[in-house]
Amino acid sequence: MLPLLRHARYVLSENPVTGLAFGLFAMFLVAAIFGPLIAPYNPLQSNAAMALKSPSAAHWFGTDQLGRDIFSRVLVATRLDLSIAFASVILAFMLGALSGVAAGYFGGWTDRVVGRLADTIMAFPLFVLAMGIVAALGNEVINIVIATAIINFPLYARVARAEASVRREAGFVEAARLSGNGEARVLLGHVLPNIMPIMMVQMSLTMGYAILNAAGLSFIGLGVRPPAPEWGIMVAEGANFIQSGEWWIALFPGAALMLAVFCFNLLGDGLRDIIDPRQRT
Amino acid sequence: MTAVPALAVEELSVEFRTRSGIVKVLDHVGFSVDKGETVALVGESGSGKSVTAFAVMGILDPAGKVTSGRALFGGADLLALSERDLAEQRGREFSMIFQNPRTALNPIRKVGQQIADVLVRHGGATRPDAPRAAVEMLKRVRIPDPERRVEAYPFELSGGMCQRIMIAIALACRPALLIADEPTTGLDVTTQAVIMDLIGELAHESGMATIFITHDLALAAEYCDRIVVMHAGHVVEAAPARELFAHPRHPYSVKLLAATPGETASLAELASIPGGLPDLRRPDLPACRYSDRCERRIDDCVKPLPNRSLGERHIVSCWNPL
Amino acid sequence: MLKLLLSRLATAIPSIVGVVVVTFMLTRLLPGDPAAYFAGLAASPQAIAEVRTKLGLDKSLPAQFVGYIVDLAHGNLGNSLSTGQPVVAEIATRLPASAELTLFALILAVGIAIPLGVLAAVKQGTWIDHLCRIVTTAGVSLPVFFTGLLFAYVFYYLLQWAPAPSGRLDVFLSPPTHITGFYLIDSALTGNMEVFWGALRQLALPAISMAIFSLAPLARMTRGSMLSVLGSDFIRTARASGLAPGTVVFTYAFRNAVLPVITVLGMVFSFLLGANVLVETVFAWPGIGLYAVNALITSDYAPVQGFVLTMAVLYVALNLAIDLLYGLVDPRVRLDS
Repeated sequence: MLPLLRHARYVLSENPVTGLAFGLFAMFLVAAIFGPLIAPYNPLQSNAAMALKSPSAAHWFGTDQLGRDIFSRVLVATRLDLSIAFASVILAFMLGALSGVAAGYFGGWTDRVVGRLADTIMAFPLFVLAMGIVAALGNEVINIVIATAIINFPLYARVARAEASVRREAGFVEAARLSGNGEARVLLGHVLPNIMPIMMVQMSLTMGYAILNAAGLSFIGLGVRPPAPEWGIMVAEGANFIQSGEWWIALFPGAALMLAVFCFNLLGDGLRDIIDPRQRT
Repeated sequence: MTAVPALAVEELSVEFRTRSGIVKVLDHVGFSVDKGETVALVGESGSGKSVTAFAVMGILDPAGKVTSGRALFGGADLLALSERDLAEQRGREFSMIFQNPRTALNPIRKVGQQIADVLVRHGGATRPDAPRAAVEMLKRVRIPDPERRVEAYPFELSGGMCQRIMIAIALACRPALLIADEPTTGLDVTTQAVIMDLIGELAHESGMATIFITHDLALAAEYCDRIVVMHAGHVVEAAPARELFAHPRHPYSVKLLAATPGETASLAELASIPGGLPDLRRPDLPACRYSDRCERRIDDCVKPLPNRSLGERHIVSCWNPL
Repeated sequence: MLKLLLSRLATAIPSIVGVVVVTFMLTRLLPGDPAAYFAGLAASPQAIAEVRTKLGLDKSLPAQFVGYIVDLAHGNLGNSLSTGQPVVAEIATRLPASAELTLFALILAVGIAIPLGVLAAVKQGTWIDHLCRIVTTAGVSLPVFFTGLLFAYVFYYLLQWAPAPSGRLDVFLSPPTHITGFYLIDSALTGNMEVFWGALRQLALPAISMAIFSLAPLARMTRGSMLSVLGSDFIRTARASGLAPGTVVFTYAFRNAVLPVITVLGMVFSFLLGANVLVETVFAWPGIGLYAVNALITSDYAPVQGFVLTMAVLYVALNLAIDLLYGLVDPRVRLDS
């Protein structure tokens, strides 16, 4: 653990941007946890008299067409956006890591089935497949999570498969097998924990993409329904006012979205440098 | 007999800047090669043989820097030439072949084209003539069925064939100097001999000077006129091949010879050299970089190294030679 | 080469089968009664029953699948509820708009990313290398619909350099004679420069938004593979042979480095086709993406399904083309097959 910490410090000093990403991450975390508590206004409270006001001291990010405070809405939306992304990444990890590890470890038909499944998903442009899935399953937030998890599944399955097939013949796996552990136990107790660091990197790298994907789906009206505050849908609402010059309605949620994705992408790169330097490009 | 040096390397020092400090890879290296002569640079891996060649060729890694020295070739100092002037001469006046011929060739370009590129670049042939000239070159390096082979890609040829192609590229413009960096590493034994004979014959035909870099003393003894022994970025001994084998003077040369499987030596007699190369990042490198491993070490060894002449063309850098 | 084509076609077939199965499954996944869904929100029970029979939803699942395949073979993707038109015809008329936008964006992305990646690798550690890193990290982080809106605000509302974000051509211009369906090509072919410039002005902002988004993987891969090729043995040979720096970088290094870049083109197309939907929505671009989004809003399911299938088949075809392109550039693949 200590050398890893030292290496982490080295990576941070080499690349201060990763430090910035950690700072941003902390900020988003605070917003996600305490957002509803620290928001100055009720994000759903409309006020016709205050509609379409540009940013001011009272309303830092201005107000939207219904007079709702955009700052409060952007703040409160953090929880929903990050939860969707996080849940889908966890789900993709669980599906992908398990089936990938099994495919790499057992080979044979398990490998073929998992491989064919991953190939079939990859045969679609991913966002289009996600659209199709949400449209078919119904317009619910949970379906955005499922769709995003499905399109991320092949990535996880492939990484896990490659790592597991390398480790199948490794000494420690052999030792675990010889000391009388069943296959399932070897797989879950010895192979899976060993590929966790690499899967963690994968998770942080796909987190940004998951946020983008979820926001993209809600931008075209899938999943999240108004008046719920969510970045993608807020940008969509603001889009109608861009041509008349009310820029703040779309800008602030869009900027929050961009910053969140940027933060997770940098974090993923930084984490990869710390855990798995050989993949560095 | 007055030999004319084709290449004279003097006081060549090279440093590499790395994350963990400056590595003094070469320290005042000097040797020369006469026209028509074959000289071997021998030493264990990391002794600086290849770096010497790369420095002379001007193809060091960006991290490497020549800090002193000259490389006199045809009246000019190669180390002082601009990159552009050097590139004009490389491949025409002096050229180099490498180990691992299969990776040393462009994998997606026909071998004939790769030979033609060099010919056209250095005015050895015009673009329309180049294919025919490439076939000629393949004939010179004795590749059977050259008309068909010019159309081949490297992955379609064996390692030995690829090395012949490399030789054809290097010799296309009839250079005055050839540096061969472990040209037979990775080839099987019979192919090794064929390639070495080929280089020897072609060098003899054109009176070309050859520097042959190897860690294999037996191979050096068989094909070279003189041997330059390197250790940790120093030239420790230089002598005619026969004399070095008969009377090695530097303690390291003695150990190196003892570590070489000869015709008489059995595996049991084969000695290993104690210790390893010193860490060249150390700021307090001793004057003699072999002294830490040396059994003949005396108090004088801390003084700057001497260059003792022992008979004709035999030089040793040691305070206490045999 | 024919052998390569056939072997690649053979690998595309399972993908097509998978795509067809998945799109079939998507229609059966509809929560509740698919017939009610296909019939629309305001349909009477009688209409729903009619739709059920018409779609064959009263039959067994295998029989439904066979019916689906037969329909596909006849080019029948069903009818749109809102327009009553066959989905195939509507998609066909809208496809050129999407294709023109996507390909133009791809050309932009490749045209920027590859020189940027090559320069970043050749001049490693300099400002251009840092620029490349910033562009690639920022590029993937920008939600494409947000960049599009931002561009529309800045270049249309503030600066008035760009036309209104409303479709392929200004309302005062009439589309060029239909030859390829690509306005730029058709207007150039007919010599109608006014329409050409008009179409180009409309195309610029959406295409740039998409290009920025898809730039990153290309530039990243170009830089990485260029760096590893520049450090390889055969480049050292080329330099030791005194080849001119231009020959070393382009004929020797670049042609080898471009191979991994071709393989990421697949991912880039996945990005582009997805981004296409969002950008068409922002710029009211009359392509198949906007068609699908409008259908989604009105719960008109047949067009959505047709759209997903069309995109997937296009994507499989593009991947096939990428494989063949790879074979053209790399003799090892071409001659091995």
